Amino acid sequence: MDATMDTRGGGQIEPITKAKATGAVSDPIFIALLWASGIFVLLLLGLIIAQLFMGGLPALQHFGLDFIWTANWNPVTENYGALVMIYGTLFSAVIAVVVALPLSFGIAFFLTEICPQAFKRPIGVAVQLLAAVPSIIYGMWGFFVIVPLMAAYVQPPLIETLGQVPILGLLFSGPPLGSGMLTAGLILAVMILPFITAMFVETLESVPPMLKESAYGVGGTTYEVYKNVSIPYGRTAMVGAIMLGLGRALGETMAVTFVIGNATRLSASLFAPGATIASTIANEFPEAPIGSLKLTSLLQLGFILFVISFIVLALSRALVRSRLD
Amino acid sequence: MASLAARRAKDTTIKAISTVFAVFAIFLLAWILWTLLARGLPALSLGVFTNVTAPPGQNGGLANAIVGSLIQIVIAMAIGGPIGIFAGTFLAENGKGTRIGAAARFVNDILLSAPSILVGLFIYGFLVVPFGGFSGWAGALALAILVIPVVVRTTEDMLNLVPVGLREAAFALGAPQWKVVMFITWRAAKAGIVTGVLLAIARAAGETAPLLFTSLGNNSWSLDLSKPMASLPIAIYQYAGSPFDDWVALAWAGALIITVGVLVLNILARLFLARTK
Repeated sequence: MDATMDTRGGGQIEPITKAKATGAVSDPIFIALLWASGIFVLLLLGLIIAQLFMGGLPALQHFGLDFIWTANWNPVTENYGALVMIYGTLFSAVIAVVVALPLSFGIAFFLTEICPQAFKRPIGVAVQLLAAVPSIIYGMWGFFVIVPLMAAYVQPPLIETLGQVPILGLLFSGPPLGSGMLTAGLILAVMILPFITAMFVETLESVPPMLKESAYGVGGTTYEVYKNVSIPYGRTAMVGAIMLGLGRALGETMAVTFVIGNATRLSASLFAPGATIASTIANEFPEAPIGSLKLTSLLQLGFILFVISFIVLALSRALVRSRLD
Repeated sequence: MASLAARRAKDTTIKAISTVFAVFAIFLLAWILWTLLARGLPALSLGVFTNVTAPPGQNGGLANAIVGSLIQIVIAMAIGGPIGIFAGTFLAENGKGTRIGAAARFVNDILLSAPSILVGLFIYGFLVVPFGGFSGWAGALALAILVIPVVVRTTEDMLNLVPVGLREAAFALGAPQWKVVMFITWRAAKAGIVTGVLLAIARAAGETAPLLFTSLGNNSWSLDLSKPMASLPIAIYQYAGSPFDDWVALAWAGALIITVGVLVLNILARLFLARTK
């Protein structure tokens, strides 16, 4: 620790009486600054909630609570409802989690049990860098690369096969546009994959070696130990990790805006263009002048998104930290 | 229970699938980088850095967007960095074990993952509407709010790694708390705090959604922070969705610049951290 060495030169030798005085004035100021910063962070969330709530209040007063379950978004008749966007937000985020989850389980298994020590760090970092790529880059990649691929190679065969099955076919109906719910969900899956994987790895590495060795001792295979010892041990925190992924996917804006198709219609199909709360706000904001009902409706949408994200993220945090505290 | 051979076969199969998944994740990263290089490199020229954005077909660049982004990030870090470091220090030192500390830690964790677009809407209602217009200041403040939780989290984590004995030794010598924190604890955790700052810069550099409602974007050269200000992500958003080939090419060039910058910052941050461990 070189820190102690360095300070020795900096602190001058002063009479005891004088040294007492240095802290007497400066310390209360410094401590006040620390408390002020901490309380500022605490207040920030409250300010954001209050601002979004107040901003969206006129829409709530105009439409009442019906705003939440009205599937209408019509700027011409000035009739706004949030159902389509809430549905799109939840639907795309759930697709993302469903797709990312098996990948995260697999990659976490690979990183903790299979990977040779020398490659562990580079591969782990590479997966983490997926989280560093900005949202808008995912949007461009999705729009210019993934959407054409979906339209040409993925959606047509699915429509021809699964689309013909009764009931299930509803999920795979409609024209192969390339964009839509499924594409948005897939891009989101790539974006949340690193978060879920990192927390899985962290949890799995905290499993006491004794537990695993006992299981190996009675003849378990690597996979059996992973499935029957490691995962049950870290279950709570891992559910928290999944919730965090879900929370991240709910509020993702730019990537989704590029690929979801931005249609304010309700459709059960995975291929139908849709909208999320975030994509609607980003898209429609430029055409919503100050004081308009549309703007307050968008702010109300923002408040709803905040409430949904808050619940999911708070739950995630409670689960992840429950074992640590 | 299944036979040993069947269990071994299952084990091998799942190991193979997991390995394929890991390779697939790396393939995805390579695919994104390859797309950026293949489409961004041909569009990259000196003009991208020196010319101001221009109407399609007029050999425009991204100079104002790059400078606008840099200005907003610098201001965001100048505001958010110190607040974040102080708040993180509060959580690790004075706020430890208090209810306010626990509540602030909870709030910070929520802010860390909360949708960034909502921070944009917050600043829009808080600053843009009352002060009569979009501005570089509003953009910078929105980014500041986004970097604070990143800095708080890393600062707290890193300060918690500093041995208590080090602090006690300094206190025993009669040092006031501000000296202990600034010259002992911060110094011991310097690499970790720098890591947090680098990660925060990387986050601010790529954020697009919050800038839509705050600094808006600006197609001409402007250093006036009280006016709408251009930024790289907004310029990319505007150009990528346009029907003009040269604008789309510029968007790819911008995307390449941002991504390389962000990834380099991330790798630097990790190297910093690796050195301390």
